Amino acid sequence: MKQQVMVLYLNTSGLDSDVLAWSFYDGTGKTDPTTGDSDLPPYDSGVEALQDGWRLFQASQLIPPYPGHEYDTSFLKHEFWFEKIE
Amino acid sequence: MGRIDHQSVITANDRAEISPYVRCMATTDHLLSSVEVARFVANGYHRMDAVVPDELNKEAIDVFDAGIPVIYHGEPVAKVYEEGSFARRLLAVPAVAGALRSLVGPDPLVDHQALHVREPHEGAAQALHGDAIIDTRPDAFDVQLMYYPHEVTGTMGGTLSVPGSHLRRTNESDTGRYQNLRGQTRLTCPAGTVVLLHHGIWHGGRRNDSDRRRYMYKIRFNPTVPQVRLWDTSDLDDPRVSEELSRFFPWCEHATGRLEIYNRIKLWRAMTGNASFDIDLWATRVANRPGRAA
Repeated sequence: MKQQVMVLYLNTSGLDSDVLAWSFYDGTGKTDPTTGDSDLPPYDSGVEALQDGWRLFQASQLIPPYPGHEYDTSFLKHEFWFEKIE
Repeated sequence: MGRIDHQSVITANDRAEISPYVRCMATTDHLLSSVEVARFVANGYHRMDAVVPDELNKEAIDVFDAGIPVIYHGEPVAKVYEEGSFARRLLAVPAVAGALRSLVGPDPLVDHQALHVREPHEGAAQALHGDAIIDTRPDAFDVQLMYYPHEVTGTMGGTLSVPGSHLRRTNESDTGRYQNLRGQTRLTCPAGTVVLLHHGIWHGGRRNDSDRRRYMYKIRFNPTVPQVRLWDTSDLDDPRVSEELSRFFPWCEHATGRLEIYNRIKLWRAMTGNASFDIDLWATRVANRPGRAA
């Protein structure tokens, strides 16, 4: 069994919100995804990925900002990890 | 929008007449407008298509074929590059000189230079990254010049960049997990294109799937003067300034996008010397504490 991994970055913490960014890692070796290889997301929302058979196995936590850093921006906030097993 | 106190800050423009570098570059006719600089503050880059003459582009290929070493300088342009050298003439192209001066002022230091080469069918893209290390300066920034001497087509792996990502506080390639983002720019451009980037923008060289070698020549500049009203400020009160600074980008979470606007307001305040500048009260309301000390 080999694992395919998809990471979706969503607009809010809700799994049904819009996909803003995405990444693939293919343990089967059938594809060779890389940085900047697509302008269109594979799904419009996280739920749409579930409907297509992807299994969610991790979601980013909601962590309050550190005091004094409330206005800082950094990494994409709403990260969801999915897998398919072949 | 608050009014500007034009007497409160001495700008580099005030000193322009005494700068031999600026005099020789004749930049004053090609300064950016306030709207263009506001667009840079929002996007993190200023793009100039086909501004370098064909003759210089052809010469560039020969210069690049011979190779250019990566060198860290920290010296003024006139000290790093000899008069009449290829780099000096590239930097003297009026549109390039004017835009650079608008963003980093007269007499910037050459931080370093590097020639990026993507060979035909080179198999891997660079991870998305910001150059150097995490850089938290709230009121200053470096500018990276990227020059493309030949046409860059879709299959040649032109630089990937993420408009509006430059104010995010991330360190170098810690963003390497992100492969694609809505609204990302996969550069295609005509020969002679120059892009000036804020140091923090997320970017990376893409995989070259073509049969042609691709060149990109980069020079990083450090300002030596306060980056305050260095451009043509005659349109400073143009409503399009606020429109540019208010932009939302498709890759950015809606909530965080509001913070991006807040951070652009802070940067615009620093770059104009106008501490009361605001857009839709984003910065004003969260600082309003009646009867309390600041």
